[in-house]
Amino acid sequence: MRAKRPYIVLSFRATVDAMAWEKRCIAEQIPGRLIPLPRELSAGCGLAWRMLPEDWECWRERFDPAEYAAAAQVEQ
Amino acid sequence: MIYLDNAATTLQKPPVVGEAMLEALQTAGNPGRGAHEPTLHAARLVYDARAGLAELFGAESPACIAFASNATQALNTAIGGLIGPADHVITTVCEHNSVLRPLYRLREQGTQLSFVGVDDRAVLRYEQFEELLRPNTKAVVVTGASNVTGNTTDLAFVAQFAKKHGLLLIVDAAQTAGACPIPVQKLGIDVLCFTGHKGLLGPQGTGGLYVRPGLRAAPLVVGGSGVHSFDERHPAEMPTALEAGTLNVPGIAGLGAGVRWILEQGVETLQAKETALARLFYEAVREIPGVVVYGSFAEPRAPIVSLNLAGEDSARVADALWEEFGICVRAGAHCAPLMHKALGTVEQGMVRFSFSHQNTEAEALAAAQALRALALEE
Repeated sequence: MRAKRPYIVLSFRATVDAMAWEKRCIAEQIPGRLIPLPRELSAGCGLAWRMLPEDWECWRERFDPAEYAAAAQVEQ
Repeated sequence: MIYLDNAATTLQKPPVVGEAMLEALQTAGNPGRGAHEPTLHAARLVYDARAGLAELFGAESPACIAFASNATQALNTAIGGLIGPADHVITTVCEHNSVLRPLYRLREQGTQLSFVGVDDRAVLRYEQFEELLRPNTKAVVVTGASNVTGNTTDLAFVAQFAKKHGLLLIVDAAQTAGACPIPVQKLGIDVLCFTGHKGLLGPQGTGGLYVRPGLRAAPLVVGGSGVHSFDERHPAEMPTALEAGTLNVPGIAGLGAGVRWILEQGVETLQAKETALARLFYEAVREIPGVVVYGSFAEPRAPIVSLNLAGEDSARVADALWEEFGICVRAGAHCAPLMHKALGTVEQGMVRFSFSHQNTEAEALAAAQALRALALEE
């Protein structure tokens, strides 16, 4: 398996929220991509948004926490 | 061939609809079941269709739109999922069996039903809404437009009545979705049920419902959702709550393409064209000896003109139109028994001509000329 490294992973309450998030990120050129929900995040739909911690720090001020269920650092 | 059976299904779709369906068939995985590119592509197609429908209906968000296989399934979900045995429901004699039969089934369990009637032009007798109100009235279920006469329902009036008395408003938009503006938030509609294959220009086997945020309809079916696999209960979040099992992605992609095309053209523009065609046909046939036209032409209406030719069986007239002139229309009862009872056409049925913006003035006039020829043969 590939070597693990830390990421910030956002979970969503429903798939439709994840798709809305991806659409916004593509439009605003926010780095990251949708991945299967890691087991570390028990709540949420089957999709999660993964981004590098440095990108998270750069963008988090512009995120509305109501748009995702949770954010966590995960080794992937 | 002249196709004038658009109230049954629109036949001439924009090319983008078929193209989107084929593309999805060849490239889409199962939406919401993983995160590889084919499944994400499918999820994006579904999301884009939701977003288009939300924009068309002025909904709060794409999450308010759940897909179903047709308006009938959507109506069964709304009626069965929101109304209980102790409730009373006000509906109308204009309804299609997709409304009536779910209500009749509830009635067997105790639900009480009342029906608003119509006048001799098949216009709803709006004063009856207040008269039919009971302490346990829970909901009003109305069609946006009669699939028999083309008369539209004054949804602003009904919504105001429902709001005044704290009732749920469930609207059957089978004949109006994509054919006229239906701003759900502005009107105060709680649930809007639509089919994909008529005015929305999508394929058969598609449809869905708008559900106001905060309102929870018990799902008709539960099962696979792609999420929360170890939970014994189906997810409660919209739209997953009402979408058990794999969605019809090629169909939804086609529906989404149809909706985008409508948004580009403008609903009002398309409505004006098909309404003008129906009016042109109406003006050309109304004076033909023996022709009886049903409905009110003094008010806003769907592009439907239903009529009879003297005492002739509507099926015989429709068959002659097809066999002698290549004109496609619909005869019979149109799955709306109470409307025909109200208008005294149970035995004869009606011949329904229903127009699309894809029709032409020449087609409308040719249909009128064919009807005139049949009338002279009598």
